[in-house]
Amino acid sequence: MLSLSWYLTFAAALFALGMYAVLARKNAVAILMGVELMLNAVIVNLVAFWRYGNPMDIAGQAFAVIVFAVAAAEAAVGLALIISIYRQRDTVMAEKIDLMKW
Amino acid sequence: MDLSTLLTWLIPLPPLLSFFLIILFTHHDKRLSHTVALGAIGLSLLFSWTVVFRALGTVHFAEHPIAASVAWLPTGDSALRMGVAADPLTVVMLFFVPLACFLIILYSVGYSNYGQPRDERDVPGSPPHHGVEPMYSRFFAFLSLFAGAMLLLTVADNLLLLFFGWEIMGLCSYLLIGFWYGRNYENPVQITPRAAAVKAFITTRIADVLMLIGIAYLYSQAGTLNFREIFFSEEIMNHLLHTPSVIGGLAAVHLIGLLIFAGTVGKSAQFPLHVWLPDAMEGPTPVSAMIHAAAMVSAGVYMIVRMFPLLSAGAGAHGGSPTMTVMAFIGAFTALFAATIAVAQNDVKRVLAYSTISQLGYMVAALGIGAYVAAAFHLMTHAFFKALLFMGSGSVIHGVEHGIHHTHEKLDPQDMLNMGGLAKRMPITFWTFLIGGFALSGFPFITAGFWSKDEILADAFAHGHWWVFVVLLLAAFLTAFYTMRQIALTFLGYPRSKSAAHAHESTWTMTLPLVVLAFFALFAGFVGVHSDFPLLGELLGSNPFEHFVVGTLPHHLAGIEFDWTPVLLSVVAGLGGLGCGWLLYGRRPLASGQSDPLVASLGPIHEMLSGKYFLDELYDFALVRPAKWVSEVVAFRWIDRALIDGTLHAIAGAAMRVGAGARWFDKWGINYPPDRLGDGVKASGNSFRVIQTGRVQDYLLITLSAVIAVGGVFFLVLR
Amino acid sequence: MNATPIIFLVVAALTLVAAFLVVTVRNLIHAALWLVATLFGVAVIFVLLDAGFMATVQLVLYIGAIAILIVFAVMLTRRVMQDVGPQRNSNWWLGAIVAAVFFVAISSLLWRTGWPALPGGDVGDTVLALGRSLVNPDQYVIPFEVASVLLIIALIGSIAVALPGKQSE
Repeated sequence: MLSLSWYLTFAAALFALGMYAVLARKNAVAILMGVELMLNAVIVNLVAFWRYGNPMDIAGQAFAVIVFAVAAAEAAVGLALIISIYRQRDTVMAEKIDLMKW
Repeated sequence: MDLSTLLTWLIPLPPLLSFFLIILFTHHDKRLSHTVALGAIGLSLLFSWTVVFRALGTVHFAEHPIAASVAWLPTGDSALRMGVAADPLTVVMLFFVPLACFLIILYSVGYSNYGQPRDERDVPGSPPHHGVEPMYSRFFAFLSLFAGAMLLLTVADNLLLLFFGWEIMGLCSYLLIGFWYGRNYENPVQITPRAAAVKAFITTRIADVLMLIGIAYLYSQAGTLNFREIFFSEEIMNHLLHTPSVIGGLAAVHLIGLLIFAGTVGKSAQFPLHVWLPDAMEGPTPVSAMIHAAAMVSAGVYMIVRMFPLLSAGAGAHGGSPTMTVMAFIGAFTALFAATIAVAQNDVKRVLAYSTISQLGYMVAALGIGAYVAAAFHLMTHAFFKALLFMGSGSVIHGVEHGIHHTHEKLDPQDMLNMGGLAKRMPITFWTFLIGGFALSGFPFITAGFWSKDEILADAFAHGHWWVFVVLLLAAFLTAFYTMRQIALTFLGYPRSKSAAHAHESTWTMTLPLVVLAFFALFAGFVGVHSDFPLLGELLGSNPFEHFVVGTLPHHLAGIEFDWTPVLLSVVAGLGGLGCGWLLYGRRPLASGQSDPLVASLGPIHEMLSGKYFLDELYDFALVRPAKWVSEVVAFRWIDRALIDGTLHAIAGAAMRVGAGARWFDKWGINYPPDRLGDGVKASGNSFRVIQTGRVQDYLLITLSAVIAVGGVFFLVLR
Repeated sequence: MNATPIIFLVVAALTLVAAFLVVTVRNLIHAALWLVATLFGVAVIFVLLDAGFMATVQLVLYIGAIAILIVFAVMLTRRVMQDVGPQRNSNWWLGAIVAAVFFVAISSLLWRTGWPALPGGDVGDTVLALGRSLVNPDQYVIPFEVASVLLIIALIGSIAVALPGKQSE
């Protein structure tokens, strides 16, 4: 009854929300929150596939654990960058951080 | 080579060299310049007289004349030879030409006021007031060149070399007539020296072109231009006589003769090309003496005397060839024509100019009637007394100028009406001028002019050329008349201006030549007295002149019988003219301000005479103005500006337009598309730049939109 | 009839609501707290998926470390941010569209695909198996070690980046 698609749809929704946050929020920290949501959705996907695929093969969970580690590292670095930018430019508005052009 | 031949080669050389020496080296030093010039002509005189006297001493000189030539221009098998020759005619010329040139150059020293300090007011190109002539050395250089050219012409053995000398003299006449190139007159009608020089050159040029055509024609028919070869070759003369020329009815020899005679018409100022000679009086007086007595005009007559065998070819016993008829007509007409004009002239040099034209007419007419010896004789005596008269007039002008310098009057020193009474103030000039004037008038027996003129008249009379005789007799009467008029107005009576009263005699450099020439004017005639003349004929060697000269011709020319009639008639004409002149001008000398009595008696005719029959005006109207019109309008405006420049402008314009077209094409065809392309790229870049906001979120948006789009394409379309 | 679907639906709904609130509230601290709630919900989903270890790790790591870190960051950058005005930037609608389209596209794909059914049986001791796999040289020791190195690098790197620069602040 509870097919895989439910979990996957749930993960997709979470992902879409995270995407919306990344695309539409002004504050850089809020954007980072969106990224965390997206990563979470990915992990949900992985675990769902593990459970509905071959739960004996622990590769799915191992993968998910590694993704956790990467997500943590990424969050740390990202926040460090935000702090640094805040120090340099006195702003955390993503709109104002626009030197990556031309 | 024997001495005479060598000397004949050398005769023209010193004056030509002196020209170059003076121009190149000595022109700063006046004394050195005139010494070089005098020395050079003196050397030529020495050489010439050596040749002359050696020739005179040679028996039958005519049969062995001096001749030497070099191959000058190789032409295939043969060569064009140039050289010198001296036959009796040349010897006669060599007697008086260098002498006259020498005396004229000596005279020029005094005439150019040598010894006077240089006046600061005098500018080169204008006649000096009282100081020394500023262009002193140049004058002597030109005179030397002139003399050299004349001598070259005299000793030439062929027509081409003669033509060279002829043309150089033409150049010198231009240079010397226009010597005072800076002189201008207030009266616009009065001709300036510059214009007179051009007039002389162009008028003689017309004649020279015809002469050159004649020379070319002769060369084409005869194959040589050497005098001796042509005249003494029966074959060539016959060929010339019997070849028809381009003009129907005329044999080649006649046409050649007419064309060559045309050269003399110009050079010796016969009607209708006489117009340059009176205006040539604008040159300094020694130049007038040189040109009109010793050298240039004599060259014209010398040439036709030299060419006489050609001109008289085909002449029968009576009458002459067509050429001779033309010559007789032109000569006689000119003699009378010029004499009538001379009567009404007031400028002392102009009277002499017209007199020269008239006397040259005599010589030409003499040749026209076949009086070969008489023409040569008159040429010689005329050179003496005409040079004397010109130099005398120069002395007179100098005297009056000296007077002007003292009194500061403003009057023309050459106008006879301003003179008078100069006999007492300038005695040497007076007596020599008188001798010269009498010679010109043909004063009987003691003057040379009588014998030579008489011989012409006698020849005309003897051969029955009645109308020539009458015309020449009339001209003789007029000649005597105007000569006496001139003498009386200039020397007799009382000074008509204060300047004339202050005149004084000229320096020895000017009066010595006068004396020497006066001697010749008196005694040179005695060599040509007719052998049958009572008493004198035998005494003076039975006409040695005739014997000597007549050998020049290939065919013996018969002499004439002595006849008293022409002699008496010419005595009457001469003395009659002198008497009338004295009656009118000498007995009651003119007072100052009084007009010429001839004006009153002749009335309108006098105006015609003094206006020279308005021939200059006619030439100006009929020839000069059309020529100027052609040059201005046709040559300049139509051909040069419109046609040639127009074509060039059109080509240039076309080239410019092509260039403009190319530029347009380059700008719009070649540059524009890439420029627009670049602009387009820039514009599209500009419009695309919008998406480069630098904001990560925007970039993400774009990326994800692209992913959706590509995904859509994959899953919906490309299934 | 299991209770699992119902539990799932309820938890999923709550989690999605919390997630929605994360992305829309103005106040960042509130957003951070709603993030905590979301993460908590996801942990429950993990439990439903028989991945207890994952749920625990989620709680400890995500909520305990990352969310706290986010709160720190919000605090540190608080001065600049006024909690007034919309938190949406100018292109938010496009972002919404993109997210929506994305969701629709993926879910349509998902519902079309035939997924395998839930395998029966017990999953066993996943923790032990996971622990063993992470240190087994034949299995996943290398990714495990690499992940550790990555974490150290991230640690050092973030310290280096966040250090105050030469100029004074």
